Amino acid sequence: MSVLIVQNLNVSFPTPDGTVRAVNGVSFTVEAGETLAIVGESGSGKTVTNLAMMGLLNSSSAQVSGSAILQTKSGPVDLLAIDSNDLRQYRGKDIAMIFQDPMSSLHPYYTIGDQIIEAHQVHNQVDIEISRTRTIELLGLVGIPDPESRLGSFPHQFSGGMRQRVMIAMALVNNPSLLIADEPTTALDVTVQAQILRLLKDLQKEFKMAIILITHDLGVVAGAADKVNVMYAGRIVESANVFDLYAKPSMPYTKGLLDSVPRLDRPHTDRLLAIPGQPPSMIALPPGCSFAPRCSRTAEVAGNKCFSQMPELTVRGEGHTARCFIGERAAQ
Amino acid sequence: MLGYISRRLGVTLLILLGVSFTVYVIFAFLPFDPASLTCGKNCNDPGIIEANRKRLGYDLPFLMQYWVFIKGLFLGRTYGEGAAFIDCPAPSLGYSFQEHSCVTSLIGEALPVTLSLALGALVLWLIVGVGLGILAARYRGRVVDSASTVFVLIGTSLPTFLTGLLLLVFVVIKWRILPFPAGNYTSFFEDPFEWAQILFLPWITLAFAYAALYTRFVRSAVIETSNEDYIRTARAKGLSEGTILGKHTLRAALAPITTMAGLDFAGLLGGAILTETVFNLPGLGRLAIGAVREYDLPIIVATTLLAAAIVVVINLIVDILYAYIDPRVRIV
Repeated sequence: MSVLIVQNLNVSFPTPDGTVRAVNGVSFTVEAGETLAIVGESGSGKTVTNLAMMGLLNSSSAQVSGSAILQTKSGPVDLLAIDSNDLRQYRGKDIAMIFQDPMSSLHPYYTIGDQIIEAHQVHNQVDIEISRTRTIELLGLVGIPDPESRLGSFPHQFSGGMRQRVMIAMALVNNPSLLIADEPTTALDVTVQAQILRLLKDLQKEFKMAIILITHDLGVVAGAADKVNVMYAGRIVESANVFDLYAKPSMPYTKGLLDSVPRLDRPHTDRLLAIPGQPPSMIALPPGCSFAPRCSRTAEVAGNKCFSQMPELTVRGEGHTARCFIGERAAQ
Repeated sequence: MLGYISRRLGVTLLILLGVSFTVYVIFAFLPFDPASLTCGKNCNDPGIIEANRKRLGYDLPFLMQYWVFIKGLFLGRTYGEGAAFIDCPAPSLGYSFQEHSCVTSLIGEALPVTLSLALGALVLWLIVGVGLGILAARYRGRVVDSASTVFVLIGTSLPTFLTGLLLLVFVVIKWRILPFPAGNYTSFFEDPFEWAQILFLPWITLAFAYAALYTRFVRSAVIETSNEDYIRTARAKGLSEGTILGKHTLRAALAPITTMAGLDFAGLLGGAILTETVFNLPGLGRLAIGAVREYDLPIIVATTLLAAAIVVVINLIVDILYAYIDPRVRIV
């Protein structure tokens, strides 16, 4: 069963210099209990896609269109069609989010107990003692030692990793069916990263929830994801299950990303491979494939098509699509 | 905590000792003779001057004079004997020959006036400044915001004496809404209505300037805090906009206001000289200015010392208060 079906999501920001087209026609689904990774470099639209679904973009500056149907406890709801006051009832209850920087994501003036209890109380008309018990249970689950006595602690009394655990506890307090984790380990050091990813995986099983993992770290993706969407310049350019993506990347951009990761099973070179050039301006996207100006294989496509025509997402295998003229016919 | 407070109080005493000594030194080296000032404008009878000098203790060496002053604070002080005997009980701040009165009782009359003025103005400017600041931030770019900008511009550019005079000209003289300030003051405990009537225009005059500053400050603090990560977290939890603003944003945005308001209030308690002068209020500011004009050393020393004491003590209170507001500030 699909927890989330996103169709033709567009997000743009009008600015004095022109309209920034941050997300262009993005569609994907998330199945119950699976982890979907969204990978891309800074500015590729991966965070904006998810903030748009959560209704966390500034409504006065962002224009959002499309649909995002979430399977909630009370039936399917199109998150993009309802007004912000209705959306509020699902935020934190059916769809929860954790953020990149746990240092600044918790309110410095309130105890962590207050903050988690508040998240439970807002969606449950229950006695505060019940929320307190639930909070202690969750803090224990995410690995905070002696949770009962830590309820009264302030965020600044925790380390970064512990704060991210607190954020996870807060996100899970209402048993959401979908958790969006926006670069949850980027601000943490490597050993703590591994612990947090492990924890997310364990909790996913326990809570039977789906996770959207936003990251630019392909190492994280390989270990944690079932399915991967690669985004570039506001579009999904390749989508596959994690094994196919690593084994047979179809889009030169995906290949470039994979080649730029250091690997033990490859011949040693002095320098890591880099993709030359810069991502395009989101105000003036090139008419053809957004990646064409940086792509080394455009010559393989006849008639300069890469620079004049945007390739569609086409099937490359089971559950594997890519947006590239190369290899299009062979797969069909 | 107790240790901190007692240490700070100890430092406070040292500061006050330093301030009083400095004021004493300044006046000791001014080129006029306090004794000859005690005997009227056309008095040049050396006998009277010398008798007064002895009576007021100006014949003692400088350090001895200072010591007698400090002793008087704790034990009280007497001047002269027989028919001319004067007793200023502790805490004695000296005797003003010009006013024919103990300085402590002069201050005792003036302090409630200034206190009423400053307290009323504080309440008024906090309500207007904080309220308008929040509204302007909440409805940024709309009519309320533009109106607040105009208010801030006028409030910060109009000097208080001009505001005061304008109010006097229109409210009192032209429209005759309030009676002309006759230089009297009625205590709140005697007649609260008359008390408020006398202080109404001075309150508005003072509050106007401060409210403008506070509006600007609160507006930018609220806007800045609204962009914090922890506010996004609060929104992701599904809290209502009212809760987010009232509980999460304002708590953090208004914390610095405590410090600001405390210091501004302390500054005013030293005497709102311009406002008191314009509205003919017998407060500390007018007492001090009158004393400077008359070279009335005991009053000058006393008012300066009082102003310093108020600033230091309120500073201490604000620091302790802040530790309760912001848990990251720890007092040890």
